[in-house]
Amino acid sequence: MLKYLLKRLVQMIVVLFTVSVIVFLVMSFTGDPVLMIVPPTATDAQIAEARTALGLDRPLWVQYGVFLQNLIRGDLGVSYIFKRPALTLIVERMPATLELVFFSVLLSLAVALPCGVYAGARPNSPFSRAVMGGSLLGISLPSFWVGILLIFYFAVEKGLLPSSGRGATAPLFGIPFAFLTWDGFRHIVLPAVTLALGTLAMLIRLIRAQIMEVMRQDFIRFARAKGVSWRSLFFSHALKNALVPVVTVFGMQIGSLIAFATVTETIFAWPGMGKLLVDSINTADRPVIVAYLMIVAAMFVLINFIVDIVYTLIDPRIDLR
Amino acid sequence: MSEYLLEVRNLQTRFELFRGTVKAVDGVDFTLREGEILGLVGESGGGKSVTGFSLLGLIDPPGRIAAGEVIFRGENLLEKSEEEMRRIRGKEISMIFQDPMTSLNPLHSIGRQIGEMLALHTPLSPADRRKRSIELLREVGIPNPEDRLENYPHQFSGGMRQRVVIAIALAANPKLIIADEPTTALDVTVQAQILALMENLVKRFGSALILITHDLAVVSEMTHRVAVMYCGRVVEEGPTRELVRHPFHPYTKGLLESIPRLSGERSRRLPQIPGMVPSLFDLPPGCSFAPRCGYATDLCRKEAPSMRSVAPGRTVSCHNPVQGGEEAEGHGR
Repeated sequence: MLKYLLKRLVQMIVVLFTVSVIVFLVMSFTGDPVLMIVPPTATDAQIAEARTALGLDRPLWVQYGVFLQNLIRGDLGVSYIFKRPALTLIVERMPATLELVFFSVLLSLAVALPCGVYAGARPNSPFSRAVMGGSLLGISLPSFWVGILLIFYFAVEKGLLPSSGRGATAPLFGIPFAFLTWDGFRHIVLPAVTLALGTLAMLIRLIRAQIMEVMRQDFIRFARAKGVSWRSLFFSHALKNALVPVVTVFGMQIGSLIAFATVTETIFAWPGMGKLLVDSINTADRPVIVAYLMIVAAMFVLINFIVDIVYTLIDPRIDLR
Repeated sequence: MSEYLLEVRNLQTRFELFRGTVKAVDGVDFTLREGEILGLVGESGGGKSVTGFSLLGLIDPPGRIAAGEVIFRGENLLEKSEEEMRRIRGKEISMIFQDPMTSLNPLHSIGRQIGEMLALHTPLSPADRRKRSIELLREVGIPNPEDRLENYPHQFSGGMRQRVVIAIALAANPKLIIADEPTTALDVTVQAQILALMENLVKRFGSALILITHDLAVVSEMTHRVAVMYCGRVVEEGPTRELVRHPFHPYTKGLLESIPRLSGERSRRLPQIPGMVPSLFDLPPGCSFAPRCGYATDLCRKEAPSMRSVAPGRTVSCHNPVQGGEEAEGHGR
């Protein structure tokens, strides 16, 4: 196990290093942050001065060396716009994104598990057909459109739920969370539903297909010959066997949701990491963009690691080596 | 209650497929006394396994049991609800499957899989279930059963897994065990051990056994009676010893002659039954076996024979039974 952990750690470092090279290279070819910072009336001399102050006049490999050196010390640079450390900016906004993702994931699981299992158990029932049709819609509809539609109906027409912002927050372990207050919770509902839709639809289809596959296996028939009830057959015998591919996809989905909640956050003006990223791209705030991408890459690696651990909990045949 | 534990009468199981209806089991009759071992023999596609699953009501669409009676301890199982059948499966009638590699749930420990059977059908407490599971594993010859309870199926060899399956099948002390080709997937050396174990255990537990197999050699060694199936019908039935020595049906004779032997002359080619089992979509009129039968007459090709008694305890479904129960070559065991 220790050997495995070490191996994963080395892998993680290699991945992050590679990501840092790519991100740094791509960023240095897109836009000129100096022009975004200096006032429109600045002279060439002032622009050159600003460039020197930011260290952007030096050769690219030197810039990268400095970046790497700082990275190892945990310093991801200072935002050109906010004049604050990029890491602090992102970490401040992370709870908002995480709670949004958490509720979307919870919602997708709560709906996808029972619906997927049932649709897989009775693949020809009207319910199963309805679920398949509905999930196709869920996969194909773009989230920005669904978000706008939800705002139009629930916020504008009915006035039931707020359409933007995070509402009031309450601290938990010193971190402010919106879901702890009624107002904040009401603010989460619409963005969480919007964000959940695609994942939910995909999970339903995957679980259904997996259950149908497992139900054909001999051990299911053997369990029936033992007199096992239908409920126990599906939830105790079939579901666990259907779960390994589901966990794989689910893990990647969580990563994507965290990284790409951007669109949903923008529509609902949710003050999370995604909104920060979009704002930073608009202002060519390089350190924030780079820091964001590094953190997202680290999260992906971490989630995949957790997924691997979960595999071994589900399937005793999987050996981590 | 009747003298029989199980009476199967005119059982018909059909599969309604796109290409047409397959009569996988087409009017099967047989009986079984308590503690008796019956061999259900025939080639692949003869309807043996479907018969076994039909007894437990485990036929899924597009299949259905179209007609017949399965009288078990005086009650017709085909009239029972799914819920009632659920209480009979495992407790009264349990089943052993062909491939132990796939019949155990790979993600549950074997302790849990035996315990599940005990939890479903016995009033034992969890601690007693554990004790009983260990006893059962010891009965079927698993070494160090205490340590192996937490193990998963992939940590056992094929033969050991089949022993576990047998332990599960016996756990609730069923009156009847249906074993569907229980040794076909195993190594030859292990087959004999498993068969001896099963024979020994059903005797000790007082269960009756239906042994479904294509292997007449296996049947002749451990069963009391044999029913030979061909194309969904029982074509011959009788006490094992007599049936093996004096088969009446040409199909039975053919099956017996195609068993390889070590003794006797070796220059001779092994006799075989010519042709193949006909497609169940397209059965010939008359006797299903007629196209492959050396004794077939015009009558056989026109009219299906019905079951009739030819000697005490012996029934056969054939227009021209092998005269006087001709001795199958070399099979005077």
